[in-house]
Amino acid sequence: MYVSLKWLAKYVDISGFEPAELAEKITRAGIEVDGIIDLSAGLKKLMVGEVKEKEKHPEADKLNICQVDFGEEEYSQIVCGAPNVAVGQKVIVARPGAHLPGGKIKKAKLRGQVSNGMICSLQELGIEGKVVPKAYAEGIYVLPSDTPVGSDAVEVLGLDDVVLELGLTPNRSDAMSMLGVAYEVAAILDREIHLPEIKYEATTKKAADVLNVRVEALEQNPLYAAKVVENVKVAESPLWLQQALMAVGVRPLNNVVDITNYILMEYGQPLHAFDYDALKTGEIVVRLATEGESIKTLDGKDRTLKASNLVITNGEEPVAVAGVMGGFDSEVTDKTTTVVIESAYFEGLSVRYTSKDLGLRSDASARFEKGIDPNRVLPAAERAAQLMAEIAGGTVLEGTVLVDELDKTPARVAVSPDFINSRLGMKISLNEMVSILKRLRFDVETANGLLIVDAPTRRQDIKIEEDIVEEIARMYGYDEIPKTIPVAETSVGGLTPYQEKRRVTRHYLEGSGLFQALTYSLTSDELAQKYALQTEETTRLMMPMSEAHSTLRQSLLPHLIEAAVHNVSRQIPLVALYEIGSVFLGKGEDGLPNEEEHLSIVMTGKWLDHAWQGEHKQVDFFVLKGVIEGLLEKLGLSARIQYVASKQEGMHPGRTASIVLDGEVVGFFGQLHPKEQKTLGLKETYVAELNFKQLAGAEVEPLVCQPIPRFPSISRDIALVVDRTLEAGTIEAIIREAGGTLLKSVHVFDLYEGANMPEGKKSLAFTLTYFNPEKTLTDEEVVAVHDQVMAALKEQANVEVR
Amino acid sequence: MEMAAQLTQLKQEALDRIQAATNTKELNDVRVAYLGKKGPITDLLKGMGKLPAEERPKMGALVNEVRGEVQEVLEARMVELEEKAVEAQLAQETIDVTLPGRTIKVGNAHPLTRVTEEIENLFIGMGYEVVEGPEVEKDYYNFEALNLPKGHPARDMQDTFYISEEILMRTHTSPVQARTMEEKKGSSIRIICPGKVFRRDNDDATHSHQFNQIEGLVIGENIRMSDLKGTLDVFAKKMFGDEREIRLRPSYFPFTEPSVEMDISCFKCGGSGCNVCKNTGWIEILGAGMVHPNVLEMAGYDPKKVTGFAFGMGQERIAMLRYGVEDIRDFYTNDVRFLEQFQRAED
Repeated sequence: MYVSLKWLAKYVDISGFEPAELAEKITRAGIEVDGIIDLSAGLKKLMVGEVKEKEKHPEADKLNICQVDFGEEEYSQIVCGAPNVAVGQKVIVARPGAHLPGGKIKKAKLRGQVSNGMICSLQELGIEGKVVPKAYAEGIYVLPSDTPVGSDAVEVLGLDDVVLELGLTPNRSDAMSMLGVAYEVAAILDREIHLPEIKYEATTKKAADVLNVRVEALEQNPLYAAKVVENVKVAESPLWLQQALMAVGVRPLNNVVDITNYILMEYGQPLHAFDYDALKTGEIVVRLATEGESIKTLDGKDRTLKASNLVITNGEEPVAVAGVMGGFDSEVTDKTTTVVIESAYFEGLSVRYTSKDLGLRSDASARFEKGIDPNRVLPAAERAAQLMAEIAGGTVLEGTVLVDELDKTPARVAVSPDFINSRLGMKISLNEMVSILKRLRFDVETANGLLIVDAPTRRQDIKIEEDIVEEIARMYGYDEIPKTIPVAETSVGGLTPYQEKRRVTRHYLEGSGLFQALTYSLTSDELAQKYALQTEETTRLMMPMSEAHSTLRQSLLPHLIEAAVHNVSRQIPLVALYEIGSVFLGKGEDGLPNEEEHLSIVMTGKWLDHAWQGEHKQVDFFVLKGVIEGLLEKLGLSARIQYVASKQEGMHPGRTASIVLDGEVVGFFGQLHPKEQKTLGLKETYVAELNFKQLAGAEVEPLVCQPIPRFPSISRDIALVVDRTLEAGTIEAIIREAGGTLLKSVHVFDLYEGANMPEGKKSLAFTLTYFNPEKTLTDEEVVAVHDQVMAALKEQANVEVR
Repeated sequence: MEMAAQLTQLKQEALDRIQAATNTKELNDVRVAYLGKKGPITDLLKGMGKLPAEERPKMGALVNEVRGEVQEVLEARMVELEEKAVEAQLAQETIDVTLPGRTIKVGNAHPLTRVTEEIENLFIGMGYEVVEGPEVEKDYYNFEALNLPKGHPARDMQDTFYISEEILMRTHTSPVQARTMEEKKGSSIRIICPGKVFRRDNDDATHSHQFNQIEGLVIGENIRMSDLKGTLDVFAKKMFGDEREIRLRPSYFPFTEPSVEMDISCFKCGGSGCNVCKNTGWIEILGAGMVHPNVLEMAGYDPKKVTGFAFGMGQERIAMLRYGVEDIRDFYTNDVRFLEQFQRAED
């Protein structure tokens, strides 16, 4: 909403306040002023001149040499390129020394001809092209013929004005009008408000004799008022009206339409003007459309209607979409002589849905859908009639053709001062409260210690006690509210065990060299299930903005791999990223997809790069496995985890493992399939996708400290020649089983698969550590258990001891 | 030669050789040569038996004196040479301390997590629990339970990704409040709810179809607007510095009444005006308000008995303001050169 301060000053005295000061006051009271636009910004020394002579430029087809009169002794020669320049026009001239937003004007020569400045279009004055009247859109602006030459063009054009741009919240539809803003400003400044005086003479001929109005959908249209004005002369509006509209962002069209737009802005009441003759039937019937019925709207488009859309008809066919846009065929044109002014109350939801159905929003629909003031419908119609008479020379027929079933009583709220003070934590006196409400022009009485407030109907947002609390507080000033801390039983607060574990995981992974990434939950259909640990029915948006963000992900890896590609293609030597985020699987009982947090990792590049001391290592399977092992240790799950070689779509068939917790697969990790790597432009890349919900959600034993060992442990190294396909994990399991309670740990310390090995064999070496927490182990005891281990290995795994 | 003269000569020889020795080994050789069991001084002692008895004590004393003197000089020289040896060794071991160390690679949290956790921790300290909810929500919790019935004009404030008529991508974290209130029916609440939210926006430098919010909710008896203001003041000072002032401006959210927006005095210029605060001296940080009675009622609370306040803010905005991030997409591109800048601690 744009508010011209010149216009506003017609209703409320704003003298004594600079625009910025006023804007700050309005903002602090609740309506945010987003911008302050000085219409005269960059304009200096513009003068009105009259074109006295015009001749073609000898060297340029499109230029004219004009002699312009400024009321001085001699005419001044100005070269003008506008197609519409003509002798006798009063025009805006920027003479040498003048300023325009485009810069300072100097005397110039155009193709050899002296030009003492330029004749200006409105755009050259900084007015937006979309609000410039169409007649002048492609050329210079022509002032009324009675404009005195030599006068200040900025003043003549009313550009000595400042416009405030309001950022309105949906509740403050009252401020979508100059009067509404005037009420607000009057309350803020505690000044009087002056409403427009409506006065005109009607003929004795009755409107009701020429027009009949019937409403068949009272629920959607409880009030319909029509006035008829004859002998209207459709023409360009007077300058003040054009200027007022342009200042608030509306393009002037002709006097009749401009009047309806002016009142829309002044009262917030959308009006529509019909050409009476084009209506043909002398009748207006408001009804719901029939399904599939069509209408050509003002913008020239054919629109198909639904049965829920409210239309204005001439009794036969639609002539307007109620509250949204008028019809093309009943539009006011240059030939119109009799005008029907419609001022109606259309119910908000109906307009909102119709406007949505048609994909058509207008200044009118924006106001109807938020709720207009029921008590301004009729005054607005009268105001329009007055201006039609004053400006368009019209004869107003007597009376208003009216259907009125609308309840116009204001909302009454009874609230106690204690209630207000206890909500605010303040001590505002009753008198102060009454005075604030009066400033807001609310009707207020006190009875039985209560404030009985009748909110004016323009304030549709005032309904309950809390609304009064807000009105009092915002006028009293939020700065006056003290700062306190809630008095309530103290609560401890904190994180759940799951949330704690998520932080532990985060700290561990970051300490291990990984950066936390954040990617989008929405992905493409194609990627939604790629590298998924588990797939179920996907969830897709009804109307995605793009295919790339259309479906909810079931794996974090596709986006994380994209991040790796982004970094690798920018020559980042090591990419180590992780993300903890939700995946969306199938559909739960409540109809929502099951959301589970997953943890994904991507690693590629130089894991260790300490060049000058010769230490180098690329990320490989075991780097990633080490990270995962450490994490599971942190989460207290190591002992319950198994790693099982597995196959996974998109993964290297020989370098992928499943992670099994208590017998259930909770994740996988390994190398991306070389084919995928090639497609993505990646070198060896390792990834993991883990069900974090299960990992962090798994209950763990309480942490109980073991005594520091008081007795020494004994280690034995063994080297075994085994089948190449036999997994170290299998051997370790045999060793652990046979080693019993005395075996404290088993570690692989060597793997050899090179030369000198029998075909299909490898050598694996382990360190076994024996320990008895109760006493010092004797050699005999160790030998006994170690022999058992060796026997088990020979028997179960066919190993050969080296 | 007479014994005394012999002794003097030996002494001189020994002292010369001690002086000539350049390392501890040579010096040890001197020790063995002159003071050892087979050395000339020992030999002289052994030969004392041939002397007349009255000369022996005198001679003995002389021998011991010489021996002692040689020994003393030798020991001193030994210390000197040992020190030299150590010095030489250390000189040899000297390294170039300006060569780079073996880096311990450490990652770090995403800047939005950093902001989120800082806010979480701050409110945990004030007794709040952290509660999370689903990213895919019911229309009911996202809108209706928050006093936004179907067709409400304020729904336009949040352009929504719908999955079906009744299911959507949550547009704010407020549905977590609605869910929590429904669960804790009747009892008081102090929660902080972080999470991802979604709006129908084309991604550009200042818009993202996915972003983060964190909301707070306090419900209890006699919770007042001054409590909201006091709580936000504590938050602003802890988060943005002790010198920060806050101001509340009236605003509108359908789920609170009264509703406010909170500005803080600019942390860059302190209020004098700069590009961060667009010369206003104030920066808009969050929206808040007193929980609307309709919201309380729908969740089974009696608005006559309990009141509450709520506030919500966007981590992206805070991170952008605080760290000078200019493009919101940077948070989702995961460029390591961006992420690694959030390694270090802040005051």
